[in-house]
Amino acid sequence: MHGSNHAALVSVRGLSFHRGDRMIFNDLHLEIPRGQVTAIMGPSGTGKTTLLRLIGGQLRPDAGRIEVDGRCVHELSRQELYQLRQRMGVLFQSGALFTDLSVFENVAFPLREHTRLPERLIRILALMKLEAVGLRGARDLMPAELSGGMARRVALARAIALDPMMILYDEPFAGQDPISMGVLAKLIRTLNDALGLTSVIISHDVKETTAIADYLYLISEGRVVEHGTPEELHRSPSPWVDQFMHARPDGPMSFHYVAPPYADDLLSGTPQ
Amino acid sequence: MTALLTGLGRWLLDWLTRMGRANLFLLGLLSALSFLFKRPGLLVKQLYAVGVLSLPIILVSGLFVGMVLGLQGYANLVDFGATSSLGTVVALSLIRELGPVLTALLYAGRAGSALTAEIGLMKATEQLASLQMMAVDPFPRVLAPRFLAGCLAVPLLTAIFTAVGILGGYFVAVIQLGVDGGAFWAQMQAKVLLFEDIINGVLIKSFVFGLLVNWVALFEGYEALPTSEGVSLATTRTVVVSSLAVLGWDFLLTALMFGAW
Amino acid sequence: MRQKNLELMVGLFVMLGLAAFVVLAVKVSDLTRIGENDGYRITARFENIGGLKVKAPVALGGVRVGRVVGIDLDPQSYEAVVTMAIDPRHNRLPTDSSASILTSGLLGEQYVGLEPGGMDSYLSQGGVIRLTQSALVLEKLIGRVLTSVASGDAPKP
Repeated sequence: MHGSNHAALVSVRGLSFHRGDRMIFNDLHLEIPRGQVTAIMGPSGTGKTTLLRLIGGQLRPDAGRIEVDGRCVHELSRQELYQLRQRMGVLFQSGALFTDLSVFENVAFPLREHTRLPERLIRILALMKLEAVGLRGARDLMPAELSGGMARRVALARAIALDPMMILYDEPFAGQDPISMGVLAKLIRTLNDALGLTSVIISHDVKETTAIADYLYLISEGRVVEHGTPEELHRSPSPWVDQFMHARPDGPMSFHYVAPPYADDLLSGTPQ
Repeated sequence: MTALLTGLGRWLLDWLTRMGRANLFLLGLLSALSFLFKRPGLLVKQLYAVGVLSLPIILVSGLFVGMVLGLQGYANLVDFGATSSLGTVVALSLIRELGPVLTALLYAGRAGSALTAEIGLMKATEQLASLQMMAVDPFPRVLAPRFLAGCLAVPLLTAIFTAVGILGGYFVAVIQLGVDGGAFWAQMQAKVLLFEDIINGVLIKSFVFGLLVNWVALFEGYEALPTSEGVSLATTRTVVVSSLAVLGWDFLLTALMFGAW
Repeated sequence: MRQKNLELMVGLFVMLGLAAFVVLAVKVSDLTRIGENDGYRITARFENIGGLKVKAPVALGGVRVGRVVGIDLDPQSYEAVVTMAIDPRHNRLPTDSSASILTSGLLGEQYVGLEPGGMDSYLSQGGVIRLTQSALVLEKLIGRVLTSVASGDAPKP
């Protein structure tokens, strides 16, 4: 499995997904190369988190294929899927630390669940991961005592506890102060290069993400609008990409949610 | 008219779907129980949360219910000169009905709502999703220990409630009101039957109630919408649905167990 | 340390629950009397047993010596046949003892009261009590009093 000759670690082909009547993805294609930091960006509400859950096999696509390390995620048996997930780390938006366990126990959790290592070794490994995110000193704190940025770093230490091949980041920069953002961005880049990981960042924070990503995908309305290296996208002639990358309030992306013409709405007079 | 029928039909279909999901959920819980042989430590932690922490309310309520039964029973029996039957009255009402039912209702309010809130918040804060993505199935790891601990705790709490209630009745009747202590116990022992009353009431009823309350509590938490509103709604539903389920099943079980009398 | 405390509390809780079960079984229920069904059986025939029920006590001089284990109707004589299990400790009941159905208190339950006879032989398994007195049925009693009052006689005690 490791010797797969696919250049891409994750490849999404022709993905369609609906939630109720709402179309989330329609014929989405993307490839995530090994060993790099790839960012998937787009305005809020474009189903970026849904994409992450599809890659992790928590949701099933309506059509199309999602392959991770050469294996189709939604065709795996439950046991195979769990084996695959052990090699993927996910950093959820909220951190999703277990609130009844201390920082140390949170990081040790995957080791205790999936290995039969002696306690002494688990301690060494967990402290090593905490040191990597700079929070070895916070090991005895409870999650409620951590700031948002620290909680995400602990969650990151937990995500790399089992030395995964890939880490998926769900909005790692959302709601962070500028210093935490910088710390996290640097950490994502450093860990990716030092541990030989493949990183996928799902985000709408253009500045931090373009600073560390090797390759960008912009998605909107269920499909990939543009992709390329950060430099390529910054120079893109497309007005849509220009609006998103430079955070302009006006452009092809409308400020308004889809609605009938304003005048019609006001004059129709039917109370809703 | 059509709208009414459509509404009724939709309500029925929704209800059936929910029942189906609840039953699948119970199957999932039951099939995950064997995991606890490998990790008994998980069970201990949950027994503490639902059992030990429910003890104070059970002890206090049991004592007061027993004392009230003693007072009320005395006031009614004294007119017939039958106060020696007070022990029987207190013991039988506690063992057959009040012990199992009140314990289950108190448990639903104290521990059931807490279970729902805990699971609902674990869902809202993505802890359940993160478990799944860490290749840890939440059914054996999170839900089954809580379920089994609850199913064990409720019969134990019921026995404690009942025993404390009888003591409370004894306290009021014998020590306060001067009913003969020998008659109190002797009449009770003559009328209370081990298999028909204690096994049926304290053991079987409370086990069924415990299963119902914990099942509802965990299901509501697991199905809660991952928002603060959703969790609060689910907590309320747990208390309402499990209380109604306990009372409904109590009628059914009483008819089956004691109906012939 | 914290884990130890937790385990201790849970252990105490489980012990308390089990102890409550034991108390209910031993102190509250009839567990200690279950052995009584193993005693020797004797029968007695009554014209009318009133409201006597299975498991009612059998007493001699106010002391409980056994319990009723069966009530049947003899299809020939239309008499009620009451089977009693007597505790083997009380194995010196004379064969000419008598049995009557009595009520404890005004509204209390009915039980079988035994009066010892004077014979030297004792009842044993399968023994029969010949001398019996039926239950006092309130309606019949009132009826008799009313007819005697109506006919002008003073009611006899």
